Amino acid sequence: MPGTKSAFSTAPHPLDAVLAQAGQIILGKPTEIRQAIACLLAGGHLLIEDLPGLGKTTLAHALARLLGLHFSRIQFTSDLLPADITGVSIFERDKSAFRFLPGPVFAQLVLADEINRATPKTQSALLEAMEEGQVTAEGQTRPLPTPFFVIATQNPAHQIGTFPLPESQLDRFLMRIELGYPDRAAERALLAAGGQGHHAERLSPLLDAADLPAMQDAVAGVHAAGPLIDYVQDLIEASRHTPAFQHGLSPRAGLALLAAGRAWAWLDGRSMVLPDDIQAVLPAVARHRLRAAQGGGYASREEIAALIRSVAIP
Amino acid sequence: MSTPAREALEHNATPWLFGVAALTTAPHFLHQPYWLSAFASLVLLWGFRLWQRDLRLPGRWLMIPLVIVGCAGILFEFRTLLGRDAGVAMLVMFMAMKLLELKSRRDAMVVITLGYFLLLTHYFYSQSIFTGLWLLTATWLITAALVRLHGGPASRWRATLRYAAQLCLQALPFMLALYLLFPRISGPLWGLPQDALSAKTGLSEQMSPGSIANLVQSGEIAFRVHFDGPLPASDKLYWRGPVMEDFDGTTWRQATARSAPERVEARSPPITYQTTLEAHNQRWLLALDAPTTLPADTFLNSRMTVNARQPISQRQRFQLAASLDYRFNPQEAPAVLRRNLLLPSGLNPQSARLAATWREREKTPLAIIEQALRLFASRDFAYTLQAPLLGTDAIDDFLFRSQRGFCEHYAAAFVVLMRGAGIPARVVGGYQGGERNPLDGYLVVRQSDAHAWSEVWLEQQGWVRYDPTAVVAPARLESGLSNALPFAELPPALVRLRSDLMRNLRHRWEAINNAWNQQVLGYDPLRQRELLARLGWPDADWAKLAGALAVACAGLLAVVTAWTLYQRPEHDPALRLWHKALRHLHRRQVNCAPWETPRALARRLDSERPELAAAFDRVVEAYLQARYGKVPGDLKTLRERVAQLP
Repeated sequence: MPGTKSAFSTAPHPLDAVLAQAGQIILGKPTEIRQAIACLLAGGHLLIEDLPGLGKTTLAHALARLLGLHFSRIQFTSDLLPADITGVSIFERDKSAFRFLPGPVFAQLVLADEINRATPKTQSALLEAMEEGQVTAEGQTRPLPTPFFVIATQNPAHQIGTFPLPESQLDRFLMRIELGYPDRAAERALLAAGGQGHHAERLSPLLDAADLPAMQDAVAGVHAAGPLIDYVQDLIEASRHTPAFQHGLSPRAGLALLAAGRAWAWLDGRSMVLPDDIQAVLPAVARHRLRAAQGGGYASREEIAALIRSVAIP
Repeated sequence: MSTPAREALEHNATPWLFGVAALTTAPHFLHQPYWLSAFASLVLLWGFRLWQRDLRLPGRWLMIPLVIVGCAGILFEFRTLLGRDAGVAMLVMFMAMKLLELKSRRDAMVVITLGYFLLLTHYFYSQSIFTGLWLLTATWLITAALVRLHGGPASRWRATLRYAAQLCLQALPFMLALYLLFPRISGPLWGLPQDALSAKTGLSEQMSPGSIANLVQSGEIAFRVHFDGPLPASDKLYWRGPVMEDFDGTTWRQATARSAPERVEARSPPITYQTTLEAHNQRWLLALDAPTTLPADTFLNSRMTVNARQPISQRQRFQLAASLDYRFNPQEAPAVLRRNLLLPSGLNPQSARLAATWREREKTPLAIIEQALRLFASRDFAYTLQAPLLGTDAIDDFLFRSQRGFCEHYAAAFVVLMRGAGIPARVVGGYQGGERNPLDGYLVVRQSDAHAWSEVWLEQQGWVRYDPTAVVAPARLESGLSNALPFAELPPALVRLRSDLMRNLRHRWEAINNAWNQQVLGYDPLRQRELLARLGWPDADWAKLAGALAVACAGLLAVVTAWTLYQRPEHDPALRLWHKALRHLHRRQVNCAPWETPRALARRLDSERPELAAAFDRVVEAYLQARYGKVPGDLKTLRERVAQLP
């Protein structure tokens, strides 16, 4: 029937091109790219955690280029100050007034590289901006541009001189993904092409400024039926009762799960969320919000899989 | 999807299985050979230790020798591997050893099944209330273990226990229906509980000095009586056991010869009562003198003892009537009278002389009896459990030297004196009196109420009871043994009764036990028929009962099913159609885990069962649209597609 959109449309998706191009920059990681884009579509911030050299920065950079977002990058170091992020006012002699020089946080997509290298005070300056969409410096509140995304990267915390993000801060990130090593074929292609950084530079934007907010609206309109909300609830409930975790998922995590599920469904070209979407995004949404009962680290993939297996689909 | 049975067993579920093993094997340790109990406990402990430390389980090279050693031990102990005791021993051993090879869910299921089965075997050995309670608890916990195995790591033990309790409660109506309606068979099906077969204490067919005094040490219950009317006076309660006529100088033995047809003439209105006899492996029913109405399958022998056709080897209930005032065999066969005058020649000369003088001096038998009783009353006779040992002339020793004895001494001496004086007399064994439990009104007769008395034959009156003990220790008849004996001599079982609290507790416990025996274990074909007749179904035979049972179970099942369906949170027609599709797949050997999404299932079918995939894809699409879509689902399409599944 013309005019009605099927739940399983086969029409080309507006973001297919973005996914494809990003896939040429970050080889062999289509799922992670999809997750990252879903995170941005759901209006959430993304934490990429992995060892150096696995393409975290490149991914962030490529996404910014492809989505046509104004990009800035902050390299976090131990001596970084809050003002280095938010900006400072300087006195202009000719006008005899202070002028605010916006910091790098005033961009649409901010890459916070190695966020755990900075002190908690500096980290919290960024996290406040993430939470509130505005920056308060020297008594004045300034709104951040929209859309506003933060992609933070973090090396695994067992390095000396780092300040791992506390749980309350981790919760601000909608998703946390790991890139991991590329598989053999992807690595081969990467080596043959000889580096990738300048690839990202060369990418040209596929969307313009108005596209992304429109897509975000579309994502928010994806339907989540009663049984699906039941499923999300059952999962959260199960996470609170299983002895595998120290504590369960918060209501905010439930909202995040649903939002991420919507984005995942929309990326799949559907107008409704399915349990598959929830299962697909659950590891990225839930792992950094849960603490394994044994060891106290993030919940492992296996534990999340066990959580999924313990909940029947309503 | 992997077969669930092959799935590795979850580490945290294992303690439940050890619990199952401990629960089901531990009570068997009470009656099993010690080495087997030790073997099973050691194996269990070892297995638990391995689990605790997460060590490797022993391999075949160890298990096979262990099994061989265990089987050899059982073979050596029982001389067989079959039969009840050996079979149970094998089960206990296997249960313990199975826990050494807990690898997959399949092994866990074997443990659970074995656990349920082992539970049943406990009834071979005991059917007491404790056993019943223990087994109910164990059923609940085994069920909980089963629930836990299916619940996965997310389950909490509290919820697991609650769910298992719920399941057990749901089974309760079925249990009751089966209990009430299952056609009863008047014998045990697979043999008797051990505790019924090996009755240890009770009257025997013969009596020698000290035999009753020994019996009296036991506080065990011999039988319980429920009178339909008021309880008769304690000194009228003579419960007749074996009648002993043959005396060899020390031991009295039951006579076997027949006599004239017995003739009991009731001289008072009969009182009816019901007696529940503990197993004693003898044939006598211990009826109250004198019996007037007998239960089926019993007969009155020529000595007025009511006997069953078979030895009583399990607890049994009889309905009887007795007339307390009676006349028995005034026309006794001369052979019997001659037999009851015999004395071993050359023994007890003193007694013989005494009896002879009485016989010469006194004119009537009654006067002679009077003389004898006066002898016991006047002389310094003591009623005691600690009678000194007697010599060859036992009666002489007792009457003229020790003068200390228990009821068997007095009864025997009295009979010897009577026979010496030319009056036919004999010893009667049985029980006297009993204790009324104020809680349920039952009269409880214990081994400590065992007694011996004498019977004398008088012309026109027949056999008349004389109890010399009544003369020596009147309190024995009026208020029982514990008041007739010196305190220091009381057997421990009786001493306790002097404390009111203990007596009360004992009464309470025995009343509960009696109710269990009468109502639960004693639910025999007769009771079943009575109950059903009271419910308005007088002619229920086993075929009708089986039918009723089937109908009742089907009805209950229907109720439970309707309730479950009603309780089901989801009434979504799309979900129902989806479940129909899943059942369809199930019949084609494709199973769907509860957490597997429809699309994941469809993908799996693509690779595993391509012939089903295309049609199923269409079902999935329609179902997802109907259940998760924004617009209300198109059920018609879904229904059609489900119907079209190959």
